Amino acid sequence: MNTSSTLSRFSWLVWRDLILAWRRRADVLATLFFFVIVVSLFPLGIGPEPQLLRAIAPGIVWVAALLASMLSLGRIFGNDYQDGTLEQILLTPQPVYLLVLGKVLAHWLVSEIPLVIVAPLLGVQFGLSQNTLGTVTVSLLLGTPVLSLIGSIGAALTLGLRAANVLIALLVLPLCIPALIFGAGAVEASVDGTEPQPWLLLLAATLIVSLVFAPWATSAALKISVE
Amino acid sequence: MVIDRIRSETMLEAINLGCIRGDRRLFKNLNFALEPGDLIEVRGPNGSGKTSLLRIVCGLAAPAEGEIRWNEKNIRSLGEEYSADISYLAHQNGVKDELSAIENLRISGGLAGNTLSKQEARAVVARVGLSDYQNLPARLLSAGQRRRVALARLLSSRARLWILDEVLTSLDDAAVELSRDFISGHLSAGGIAIIATHQGLGLPAGSTRRLDLHP
Repeated sequence: MNTSSTLSRFSWLVWRDLILAWRRRADVLATLFFFVIVVSLFPLGIGPEPQLLRAIAPGIVWVAALLASMLSLGRIFGNDYQDGTLEQILLTPQPVYLLVLGKVLAHWLVSEIPLVIVAPLLGVQFGLSQNTLGTVTVSLLLGTPVLSLIGSIGAALTLGLRAANVLIALLVLPLCIPALIFGAGAVEASVDGTEPQPWLLLLAATLIVSLVFAPWATSAALKISVE
Repeated sequence: MVIDRIRSETMLEAINLGCIRGDRRLFKNLNFALEPGDLIEVRGPNGSGKTSLLRIVCGLAAPAEGEIRWNEKNIRSLGEEYSADISYLAHQNGVKDELSAIENLRISGGLAGNTLSKQEARAVVARVGLSDYQNLPARLLSAGQRRRVALARLLSSRARLWILDEVLTSLDDAAVELSRDFISGHLSAGGIAIIATHQGLGLPAGSTRRLDLHP
């Protein structure tokens, strides 16, 4: 199996998922608007108290990103499972590990990157400084792949079950707590005027660990689910 | 030497296969061997384990007992090497509703490492009689037309082993005739096929064998 053909299959998979997401863009937009609305509700509900808003902003942006991701996780494998294309994909001549990585990459590009892009705009509502908005973006850039990766395990385990989305959230949210603590911690440090870098490094470490282990766990879960 | 040659021609072997679903035993001690040009028709009433057998043969499910060998190696140890040699047409078509016939073909080809140009894809779609519908999203096609798209995927694959589950479902007479042609073509080109079916394919006896599963 040479590298170029593996790479070409990998890019076909990602390309396929991008086209499919484009054809069903309402789903993607729903996730994005959910994120925007949840984050915007807090300044509206709490009222113009800059001090308080700045203090709660890191947690809110991060928790909202986490919840919005839960909405889209079921789609990583769910639609493909239902129409039989998941089996076809699993039968293509490439390691399941790579297939999972491709699906996760596509999910991240489609469902998480839009959150990363709008997050700084939403941060303005909380009176965050420019510096802090930068930290929000960087922390989400490092943290959202972790959500996709860990989420893929839950998505694979709950394939074919009823109320899969609720189960995914129950399975995945606790596992995402480290990412939440490090990500929100980075933003908080930046709000307090201290150095966010240690938090970001911890977040990067979480990303690396989940990059190594999550696709492997997801492959195992997928094999069980399709059997 | 002669024995060696014959042995090496045996491509697909099932050895003492057994399958258990839940707490029901579907079959046990199933043995068969297929050489290039061979076809096995798996017959049996609903729930007799036809689909389970096919899923075991393509490696999606693990047998409770026994093993499947491809060129004398256990398919579990072959992994992707085996995947490159098989094409599985399941009960579900594996056709994406959002994509047109052409896109479905090109993408599944690309994923299998068998890139098709637009022209090639068009030619295959024409062979299954869908030229007029080639750019419509599959969700607008009828059940039979979607089955034809799945047939087109089979045709464009370079797999030597075809594993087909109720291939004739929802096809009209013309398409049934067409799939018979495709299957005979595949066999005469040295391919192997294992096909689960209720109604029988009606292919000339030749190298067609029948495997009956009893519940």
